[in-house]
Amino acid sequence: MAISNIQLGLLDLSLMRLALAVVGLLAIAVPTLAEPQTMVIGYLGEQRKLPLPLGPLDEAVTDDGLQGARLGIADDAGTSRFLGQQFRLKERILKPGEAPAEAVNAFAAAGISFVVADLDAAQLLQASAAPGAQRMTLFNSRDPDDGLRQENCRRNVLHTVPSRAMLADALAQYLVWKGWQHWFLLTGPHPDDLAMAAAFRRAATRFGAQITVDKPWTFRPANGRADTGHVTLQTEIPAATQVGDYDVLVVADEADEFGAYLEGRTALPRTVAGTQGLVATGWSAVDEEWGATQLQDRFHKQSGRWMLPSDYAAWLAVRSIGEAATRLHSLDPAAIAKYLRSDDFLLAGFKGQGLSFRPWDGQMRQPILIAGPRLLVSSSPQPGFLHQRTPLDTLGIDLEESACKF
Amino acid sequence: MQILITLLLVLVLVPPAAAETIYVSNEQDNTVAVVDGATMTLQAAIDVGRRPRGMALSVDKKTLFVAEGDDNRIDVVDLAKRQVVGQLPSGADPEFFVVHPDGKRLFVANENDNQVSVVDIAGAKIIGTVDVGVEPEGMAISADGRTVACTSETTSMVHLIDAATLELIDNLLVDTRPRAAAFSVDGKQLWVSSEIRGTVTVFDTATRVQTGKIEFEVPGIRREGVQAVGIEMSRDGATAYVALGPANRIAEVDTKTFTVRRLYLVGQRPWHVALSDDQKQLISANGNSGDISFIDVENQEVVKSLPVGRGPWGVVIGP
Repeated sequence: MAISNIQLGLLDLSLMRLALAVVGLLAIAVPTLAEPQTMVIGYLGEQRKLPLPLGPLDEAVTDDGLQGARLGIADDAGTSRFLGQQFRLKERILKPGEAPAEAVNAFAAAGISFVVADLDAAQLLQASAAPGAQRMTLFNSRDPDDGLRQENCRRNVLHTVPSRAMLADALAQYLVWKGWQHWFLLTGPHPDDLAMAAAFRRAATRFGAQITVDKPWTFRPANGRADTGHVTLQTEIPAATQVGDYDVLVVADEADEFGAYLEGRTALPRTVAGTQGLVATGWSAVDEEWGATQLQDRFHKQSGRWMLPSDYAAWLAVRSIGEAATRLHSLDPAAIAKYLRSDDFLLAGFKGQGLSFRPWDGQMRQPILIAGPRLLVSSSPQPGFLHQRTPLDTLGIDLEESACKF
Repeated sequence: MQILITLLLVLVLVPPAAAETIYVSNEQDNTVAVVDGATMTLQAAIDVGRRPRGMALSVDKKTLFVAEGDDNRIDVVDLAKRQVVGQLPSGADPEFFVVHPDGKRLFVANENDNQVSVVDIAGAKIIGTVDVGVEPEGMAISADGRTVACTSETTSMVHLIDAATLELIDNLLVDTRPRAAAFSVDGKQLWVSSEIRGTVTVFDTATRVQTGKIEFEVPGIRREGVQAVGIEMSRDGATAYVALGPANRIAEVDTKTFTVRRLYLVGQRPWHVALSDDQKQLISANGNSGDISFIDVENQEVVKSLPVGRGPWGVVIGP
């Protein structure tokens, strides 16, 4: 009896698919003749204080994130121009200290339903609470804060940038796969550094690594670019890293103040990984696998620089909207918002497999790159780390651990 | 004496294995591996340009064309000499291409330029271009030489091009990140594989309406791990073989019912597949394990894997 029910169900499903396919084909045929329909996507960024370049090869970038969103629009056009759809980007950059609510409300008044929110956590939470945001979807393309995926998660926010938990889990899997299980964790003084260190500690516990030394970085930020600055560093770093034995130094220095000074200067001859050295990241200019060459080339041609993780996250957001509109043959915001969160959504993101949003916290599940300074070293999840649903959910906060309640 | 006679009889009665040669492009080694089909052994490696991927034989089967993605050209390999004897322009970043049945032209997908370039072989020059979607990749040409199909990966479409006028006939939406396109033997269907969705979409070429969708399920592998890439059609029109990429399988598909008859476990990440001239042997080029798999399709078993170099991608079988 049960079997025949299932068969009946399958038959219904295939009939429905056929019907849907017919409807879909009609939908393709019609709009090519009509005026293209347009959707405007908002981009909300903020002016940031430029960090001082650490080394002479570092370039100051003022438009990271924004350039990724612009490329997303260009890539969306590849398909949409054949389907009678059109996408435009409305760009708005907040001044330092400016609250985001007014800009969000202005977007809403202009009929914008999807916004790339290239904002820090506090600004993002304010933006998502604005009256205009209540019928919107905001894409967090900037802040890796785990709290935004946990107690501070929001119904109207999706995250295309990986969380700190995802980055730490990705690195931990690679280090454990290498057999480098004993870590020296060195943590900078800023709240972001402490949050990253917490994610590394959580990852170590999850994947069977041990933090044998756990130390804060207590030196004042040195200026390595002073003439013969290397002499100071050559004596300072060995002193700071004079600890018991370990396999790998894991550094949490999101502000990029000292992490880059470690490689080649530690007391013991050990690899540096974490926020510098071997880094876990959502995107890196060194990646050219899974067709990434073409994305990197397009980006470089457009912006004259390499694609940064924030660019990639903004690109993912704009492409997600485009992909949903393609599959639905529709620019209806409610339908797109629903489809993005459905099981059927799958985005090609040049990482070797389809990307989708976790229903429990709105985080985009994605492979995380393990990148060296010049070449890609690996991509996590690593082989052997299994999961009952998808290996991608071995990275970050899983359903069972989620504290998010929409 | 009796034994000798038996031996002689055996030698006479067993048909000689087809004298075929398998060519495999190794995209990381910058070589084309030459494999003897009868003995299943590696014979040579031909040095070619950088990042060789798509390959095709000339109509007289004496020449192999090899697309060199990082050198923006197509190498011309003399198969008797087993060396590069010339070069053709291709447009930027050629990945895959087809030879027109007239033997005079190549149609090349330029992955970085969102174009298809038409190359005059004798004159060694580009004689036309067609704008298509973002990241063109898979190419196919109908047996009558009238229609060229080109997939564009990021646009998720297959573009149909009139081979004579170079006009776009139609742009058909397919599943995410399409890779290969193949016409059925009778020319009535066009098959397009989708890497990210792991499906093959089938169109009626006359009406350009979708008539089928093939989904692949591999026990123990999540849907993200099942990706459809290369397609090879059997000459009798009854069977299609589809490489399933990271699922490490080749699917054998019934072209009438669109059902998967069986899956062959091959090396890691098969990209493309090719059938021998006698249609009895199927070869898959396995990108991640650096080998090719020999599949006996009559007895339905994988009989051998042979290391051929780093990053095997394309496979072509010649005399």
